[in-house]
Amino acid sequence: MSRKAVVIVFPGSNCDQDVAAAFAAATGQQAELVWHTEFSAHQAPLAILPGGFSYGDYLRAGAIAARSPALDALREHHRRGGLVLGICNGFQILTEAGLLPGAFARNHCLHFLSQDVSLRVEANDSPFLADFACGEVIDLPIAHAEGAYQPDQSHPDSDGRVALRYCNQDGAVSAAANPNGAIGNVAGLLDQTGRIFGLMPHPERNADPALGSGHGGRLFRSALQAVSHLG
Amino acid sequence: MTYHLVVEVLPKDGMLDPQGDAVQASLAALGFDQASAVRVGRLISLTVQAASADQAVQLGEQMANALLANPVMETYRLAVHAT
Repeated sequence: MSRKAVVIVFPGSNCDQDVAAAFAAATGQQAELVWHTEFSAHQAPLAILPGGFSYGDYLRAGAIAARSPALDALREHHRRGGLVLGICNGFQILTEAGLLPGAFARNHCLHFLSQDVSLRVEANDSPFLADFACGEVIDLPIAHAEGAYQPDQSHPDSDGRVALRYCNQDGAVSAAANPNGAIGNVAGLLDQTGRIFGLMPHPERNADPALGSGHGGRLFRSALQAVSHLG
Repeated sequence: MTYHLVVEVLPKDGMLDPQGDAVQASLAALGFDQASAVRVGRLISLTVQAASADQAVQLGEQMANALLANPVMETYRLAVHAT
């Protein structure tokens, strides 16, 4: 069976094994770990940038990885119709690389936050969210120090669409439900094609129903369904 | 010639800077309540080979735009010295 997903591993990535295991358990398809220098365009229809601290998060979170040759390959992968999922540090890499708009600043509380959050699905016209309804409230854990999303004020209409916002359990988006100071409570973004999805929460940490709602597993299955005929 | 470049990176005006706020609160707790508008950024020091100071500055700007500062949330200032 052809490979459906690869997980791109940078020095300092630390959620790569978890993503691969959760993806495999949720979908029944293997996600192969690929060292960043070995990644090339379209090795699999879905490329995942995992969480962690790529290159120690030196300079800024994701800044160094975003300028590595693997990101050129990732752009080519996307041009050829591939899907890109960036989780936490992977999302930070995507913004630093300009594949998604905006940037991430230190959490307003200045603490590393590791907790469950509620998220409202704002857009579902993406392979990653096709299985979810707009307005649906899902639960996933966050674990980050730089999650305060900053939109690009100089290009307010640039290319991104909000896919997930931090909310309370009833779906109300409010300052009280904002864990990190993200502008607009932004927790997840899509590019215009819907094939690049970045999110700060970790779907792999709530993929198995034994760990909670299992909403992360739905996200992986939704993505797999979109690529099941490819690869 | 070898030039010494110093790149100062700061959060953009108007951007919330919780680190700056925390440092200001700590200064105030030490009695330095004269301190205000505290901002925390980073300083990058490097040397470059360039034909002139102008070219060294130009190189510094290219490096700042390519990597050292994130234009979405940061501004930078360059200083150049001949070594």
